[in-house]
Amino acid sequence: MTPGSYVVEVIVENKPLARDPEGETIHQNLILKGGYKQVTGVRAGKLLRMNVEADSPEDAHAIVRKLSDDLRIYNPAAHTIQIRIVG
Amino acid sequence: MVKVALIQYPGSNCDLDALEILRDVVKARTDLVWHKDLANDAYDAYVLPGGFSYGDYLRAGAIAATSPSLRIVKEAADSGKPVLGICNGFQILVEAGLLPGAVLRNSTLRFACTWTRLRVETTRTPFTNKAQKGQVLEIPIAHNEGRYYLDKERIPELERSQQIVFRYVNEEKEPTEEANPNGSIDNIAGICNQKGNVMGLMPHPERASLPLLSPDNQTDGRIIFDSMMRMLRGSET
Repeated sequence: MTPGSYVVEVIVENKPLARDPEGETIHQNLILKGGYKQVTGVRAGKLLRMNVEADSPEDAHAIVRKLSDDLRIYNPAAHTIQIRIVG
Repeated sequence: MVKVALIQYPGSNCDLDALEILRDVVKARTDLVWHKDLANDAYDAYVLPGGFSYGDYLRAGAIAATSPSLRIVKEAADSGKPVLGICNGFQILVEAGLLPGAVLRNSTLRFACTWTRLRVETTRTPFTNKAQKGQVLEIPIAHNEGRYYLDKERIPELERSQQIVFRYVNEEKEPTEEANPNGSIDNIAGICNQKGNVMGLMPHPERASLPLLSPDNQTDGRIIFDSMMRMLRGSET
């Protein structure tokens, strides 16, 4: 892969065991009430989209992984993160 | 004479209330210190006040937790000095790793501003040494992110090591769901580190330390500051 600018998304959400009242409310009071019974669960989270200069997508991923841990972009006591290259 | 540092972050807004109680009520020599100006561990105790540091962006307390002042506070904590985090101060201490767990958005999804009853679970800390175990203190809360969280299986360990300092309770001193204003696990309102010298709580003791500010003129919040002063003055002699 070539060096360049990558778009990296970080999704922070509560761990499965930590209740997510926002997701629950969206599910119960909006989606189910609106008749979409096919939707069996909703989790709300936070999305950070970062533009990263890196040598490769793997490098961009590693940089974002490191900064997420170092700077506590999430609190591992209560959250999980997903990191993905989107562009 | 003992000296207390009250650390101000961009967005702190309960700093002056805490300053008044520390200086004028419990008579502690207290400096209001801008977080960037805290250069070394020159104080006997540290208080992190309530507010909305850095606008609560990312997570309440998460950005302030990276302030270099936290390195000094950690050093002081490691040497056994008392460190108190109130509301946003509690969130900062959790985010900086001085206290375990996380403080999440209220389960009600609403800002909660109300008087609460707190049961004192341990008197071993420098902030509860003047209280009785089981005593109930009436102290108000004012927060949007106050739901204390720790994995359920770690709660017994926290209990065993006497790190749960306050629980929200009802009039019968029971930690019921109704008495829990924010969905905190196990009704936890305040915790301390293993040594007991670092404590954080969501309620605002500085708002319950003057008769004028309480509905029934009580000053239950003072116990927390008076306890700290007792510990500090004791170590002075």
